[in-house]
Amino acid sequence: MNWLTATRWSPYAVGIGIGVLSWLTWLISSKPIGCSTSYARTAGMIETAIRGKQAAEKPYYQKVKPQVDWQWMLVVGMVIGAAISALLSGDFALIWVPSRWAATFGTNVGIRLIVALIGGVFLGFGSRWAGGCTSGHGISGTMQLAVSSWISAICFFIGGVVVAFLIYGLIG
Amino acid sequence: MKNGKTTLLWGLGFGIVFGFLLQKGGVTKYDVIIAQLLLEDFTVLKIMLTAVVVGSIGLFTFQQLGWIQLNPKSGSWGQNAIGGLLFGVGFAVLGYCPGTIAGAIGNGYLDATVGGLVGIVLGSGLLAAVYPRLSVGILTKGDFGDLTVPELLKVNAWIVILPLTALILVLFYLLERAGV
Repeated sequence: MNWLTATRWSPYAVGIGIGVLSWLTWLISSKPIGCSTSYARTAGMIETAIRGKQAAEKPYYQKVKPQVDWQWMLVVGMVIGAAISALLSGDFALIWVPSRWAATFGTNVGIRLIVALIGGVFLGFGSRWAGGCTSGHGISGTMQLAVSSWISAICFFIGGVVVAFLIYGLIG
Repeated sequence: MKNGKTTLLWGLGFGIVFGFLLQKGGVTKYDVIIAQLLLEDFTVLKIMLTAVVVGSIGLFTFQQLGWIQLNPKSGSWGQNAIGGLLFGVGFAVLGYCPGTIAGAIGNGYLDATVGGLVGIVLGSGLLAAVYPRLSVGILTKGDFGDLTVPELLKVNAWIVILPLTALILVLFYLLERAGV
């Protein structure tokens, strides 16, 4: 059972695993793997808890209901699955600042958290604008050969590559 | 049986496997994702494209057998190109995506939990706030509906899947030869 305690698997083995997993989610649950809708549902649940009915009546939350569903549980499961994998291999560690970031921008936790928060806002806003993320469009949509998903996935990487080079090439 | 207990439990179970795979692939790590966006290490793309090849061959076979009904997302240039680029900004600034951040949280990375997760929920709420204006404006620009690549090219799905698979395999060969 060495493979369970290995820190890293070949990316091709992981990709085959995710491909087969997507067969099963379609065959058993009739659903594609996706993640970003769950954060919108969470935002809706928080808004509804604070402001009540008025928030639940927003057109977006009529479309994306603020409730726990299959995909929301999938995201919860992902936290658990990654923790199991990391604990089995001894790769689990509580870390505030990733090493690559620290090597270029220093170990200040506050700066990293603010930048992560800003990045998160763009991700949440952009994924809901595009109607999916690296999972929903990037994996599940592209394998269905959807035009919307191929455009989205290509733009995720164009935007990501340009900004990564700006951050590490110009600022860093 | 929409959000019944069984449905939710399957979701949880599939999520555990998905998170396990992402962690074993290394993509729950900021360093691996940034290295991909800096074009130094193609782990992220190798995982995604392998999943796309394996997934599409299975899904289109199942659809032909009448076992499943695929459901491609509809979209438009205004929605997918602009939303995609905005997403890309966040992808590079945060160094995780909405899926891998769940794995990063499980991996113990606190910048994901305290910074990124809060940001993603905030950003989603922000989009919900401006959605009424966007939905009648920019999101409809260049609308193409739930078009698929085979429909666009007016060919059988396999005429797309087989060359795409070959192209991806050639790309993998070149990436391995280049040692990235």
